[in-house]
Amino acid sequence: MKTLIALASGFVLTLALGSCSSASAGSKTTLRVWAMGREGEVLAQLIPGFEKEHPDIHVEVQQIPWTAAHEKLLTAYVGDATPDIAMLGNTWVPEFVALNSLAPLDSFADQSKEIRRDDFFPGIWKTNVVNGKTYGIPWYVDTRLIFYRSDILAKAGYKEFPKTWADWTAAMRKIKSQMSDKQFPILMPTNEWPQPVGFALEAGSPILRDGGRYGAFEQPAFRKGFDFYLGFYRQGFASPVSSSQVSNLFQEFERGNIAMYISGPWYIGEFKNRLDSATQKKWMTAAMPGINGPGVSLALGSSLSLFAASQHKKEAWLLMEYMSRPAIQLQFYVLTGDLPPRKAAWQDTTFANNKYTKAFRDQLELVVPLPQVPEWEEIATTIFEHGEQAIRKAKTVDQTLASLDQDVNAMLEKRRYLLAQSKQP
Amino acid sequence: MTGASARAPSDVGRAAWLFLAPALILIFVFFFLPVLASLVLSVSDFDIYAIANPPTTRFVGLANYTKLFHSPEFWQALRNTFYFAIVGGPLTIAVSLGTALLLNAKLVRFKSFFRTIYFTPFVTTLVAVSIVWRYLYHTRYGVLNYGLAHLGIAPIDWLGNPHWAMPAIILMSVWKNFGYNMLIFIAGLQAIPQDLYDAAEIDGAGPVRRFFAVTLPLLGPTLLFVSVITMIGYFQLFSEPYVMTQGGPLRATTSVVLMMYEEGFRWWRMGYAAAIAFVLFVVILIATLIQFRLQKEHA
Amino acid sequence: MSRTNPRLFVVDETKFGASLDSALTRRRISQIILYTLLIIGALIALMPMLWMLSASFMPTGEASTYPPHLIPTRITFIHYRELFTRLNLGRYLFNSALIAVVVTGVSLVINSLAGYAFAKLRFRGRDRTFRILSLGLVLPVQVAMLPLFLLMKNLHLINTYWGVIIPGMASIFGIFLIRQYALSIPDDMLDAARIDGASELRIYWSVVVPGILPILATLAIWTFLATWNDFMWPLIVLSDEAHYTLPVALANLSGEHVMDTELMMAGSVLTVIPVLSVFLFLQRYYIQGVMAGSVKG
Repeated sequence: MKTLIALASGFVLTLALGSCSSASAGSKTTLRVWAMGREGEVLAQLIPGFEKEHPDIHVEVQQIPWTAAHEKLLTAYVGDATPDIAMLGNTWVPEFVALNSLAPLDSFADQSKEIRRDDFFPGIWKTNVVNGKTYGIPWYVDTRLIFYRSDILAKAGYKEFPKTWADWTAAMRKIKSQMSDKQFPILMPTNEWPQPVGFALEAGSPILRDGGRYGAFEQPAFRKGFDFYLGFYRQGFASPVSSSQVSNLFQEFERGNIAMYISGPWYIGEFKNRLDSATQKKWMTAAMPGINGPGVSLALGSSLSLFAASQHKKEAWLLMEYMSRPAIQLQFYVLTGDLPPRKAAWQDTTFANNKYTKAFRDQLELVVPLPQVPEWEEIATTIFEHGEQAIRKAKTVDQTLASLDQDVNAMLEKRRYLLAQSKQP
Repeated sequence: MTGASARAPSDVGRAAWLFLAPALILIFVFFFLPVLASLVLSVSDFDIYAIANPPTTRFVGLANYTKLFHSPEFWQALRNTFYFAIVGGPLTIAVSLGTALLLNAKLVRFKSFFRTIYFTPFVTTLVAVSIVWRYLYHTRYGVLNYGLAHLGIAPIDWLGNPHWAMPAIILMSVWKNFGYNMLIFIAGLQAIPQDLYDAAEIDGAGPVRRFFAVTLPLLGPTLLFVSVITMIGYFQLFSEPYVMTQGGPLRATTSVVLMMYEEGFRWWRMGYAAAIAFVLFVVILIATLIQFRLQKEHA
Repeated sequence: MSRTNPRLFVVDETKFGASLDSALTRRRISQIILYTLLIIGALIALMPMLWMLSASFMPTGEASTYPPHLIPTRITFIHYRELFTRLNLGRYLFNSALIAVVVTGVSLVINSLAGYAFAKLRFRGRDRTFRILSLGLVLPVQVAMLPLFLLMKNLHLINTYWGVIIPGMASIFGIFLIRQYALSIPDDMLDAARIDGASELRIYWSVVVPGILPILATLAIWTFLATWNDFMWPLIVLSDEAHYTLPVALANLSGEHVMDTELMMAGSVLTVIPVLSVFLFLQRYYIQGVMAGSVKG
């Protein structure tokens, strides 16, 4: 019996030990913050300044990879383990609102001296408003445009990046003809949805119809964008790889194995940090080409949201205010290349003199929001999965779009049911 | 002996149940109960809305199962899983048996040295080696394609080509798992009496004959054990595609368990996912029964 | 003996010498073939891990070159340093070790008590209970996972060490393994102890446990390795980085740092080394246990 008791108590002790070390901050309030990718890393660097101003608050930042972020956040929600604050892609906000997992921020924002709504780009603030309430403070704005090797384009005879789909296609054909067969004019991973969705938006597709109740994929507008997307692979401009197969984008870019890449503003920072010095002078950004002249892109970005389950909402709000200060946003921009959502921050000379951000400023004038439905992430995933089938010719375009509509309609079944039940999403 | 026991059977019985209690309670609460609950879940549309607000759950009867059997994604996942189990399983067993025979040869010394080396891949962490192999398989810079280039074989897009992705995962799994079966085969081989071989040799049987006439029949029970264990394990394929391909390209490596994980823990369609889990169970059960039947017919 | 081959008696001396000679060369040749095969096999078995080790010491970018480098041009430890300083690897090592040790310790006690009871104690309902339990062997764990997650949620065990530990504390396989081995304990020994007035628990501790030590060692190593390497359940249950086990953290890192080959290799090395050393130090028990268990099973 004694031995059993000894064993049992040893066991309890071990576990007590384990759980002790995770709660370490003592009498301080501990805020748990989750952020994705490089932002998570940089956020941690900005925290000491905040903790200095608020010695009674300790902030724990956790970095989660973009690829697993959505499922991690949902698991945390389901398991009642949400952090106080999380960085949320603004397309995810409606989903977490539908789960009643976020706290509305209007009462905080109304009284705040630091955060003034009218200083934020209105289109971006709007992506955080669901049913008339604000559930996120824009942290950075994001849209997708083109990063390219200016020397390779120049060699093909293009001093400036093409402005229309037709010119863009011609430029890629020219570049392809000057490359070896292992090199590609553009890197466009098949498991990313912003490209097909962006082209469809440019072609005028609403993506979903009837208030987000059904898919609109078989409509001519989506089809036009989708055909353009497929063209990249059909004409050999892009190799059908997924992003997990790319070994080192920066090396490939340096070696001229790829000449263009569509991505968001954070890549300005990544390119500055990771490209070698020889390549530094040879890259540039350009706004998305369109059907006739400059094209639209996605109104993306990330917000800081406060979880309803947080026990420290007041302290969390302090951190959100701190992160929204123009000075901190500038610092954040310097570290990440993420563009600030506040006009005040844009007036700084950092932006006026920056040749890389200019294209983004132009593009931000031409951004289109995505459908605000909780199922968006799953729909977006389905879009690229179906796209992949068409790229690899496992299905014809007609079949792909028909099954896309069918699958998305099935996903939205519960939403339609709930909408019919209660008239509220 | 009966009278020698100083304790009444009822006391022994009480002690036995006390000894069993922790294990039985744990297994019941954390295994059998959830399995039964899973059956209930699979006839509901329990999803993320239901987690937020349970009353939105609807009883759907067998709709999840019907939906499953009409879903091309599910059939593909099932095909992929069978591909992996039916090609990968026997291949693993063949390699295991081959190495076991090599190591059991009378002429070989340093047996335990080689045995340890061959067994090493089995104890390594699957996630870690999946990551390593992902780089070995790299089309441009991978060591594997470099080796193939020496043999005059053009680079293979291992993980990017839907036709090669599953063979790539099978290859890695054979490497990772053969060591375990090998040990079991060695044990089985050692249990075969030497005089049987001597007798066969005297009767003029060559090594090949001896293998088919003596080794294989006597290895029967071991072979069944190994096949069942390997197959059950292989039907549960998950980590390799999760880490290496995320189920792609073109869902060519999406296994049934990966699909269940995605439906259940990524999109939180738990009712639907529970139906997937049950179908997997039935498949494994049938496959096990078939193997036992085959063995019986043989014996 | 009775079937001695008469041919042996008619061969003359010279012929016999020649055939002995050719038998020797044949023996040599097959030995060479065997060793070549064995060495090639060993290289294939070790190659991925050797490359992993080598690449983990390469400067950033060197692992993505063609032709591939097998040996680093310059050895660097930056990736290891980065893992421990910036990427918190020490924490995951601790989590993995804690979970694996606790699960191993607790499950050993629980499984051996149950396995022994099934093997040696006579009580009503024993066979039926055992049969029901054995049904669980063909049930894939995934069938239980979805409701188990909801159960854990209601017990507030999501994102805790307990969430991973509790389902691992008893295993049907472990009980089977112990029962199989414990069957060979002679009843006389147990009865003798009973006559001496020892309590059942005392008998378990001082008679049974010493008798089944070898299988306990096997089961301990087995459980430790399986828990350390487990991926799916910890991935589901642990949402907060602070509780991640190494495999979960590594998969997480590989999502974020897919391009940093060398860093990922260093992470893989650190994940594999603990299990590999446990195995190499204790392989005698482990290998014997696997082989013994299988012959009986």
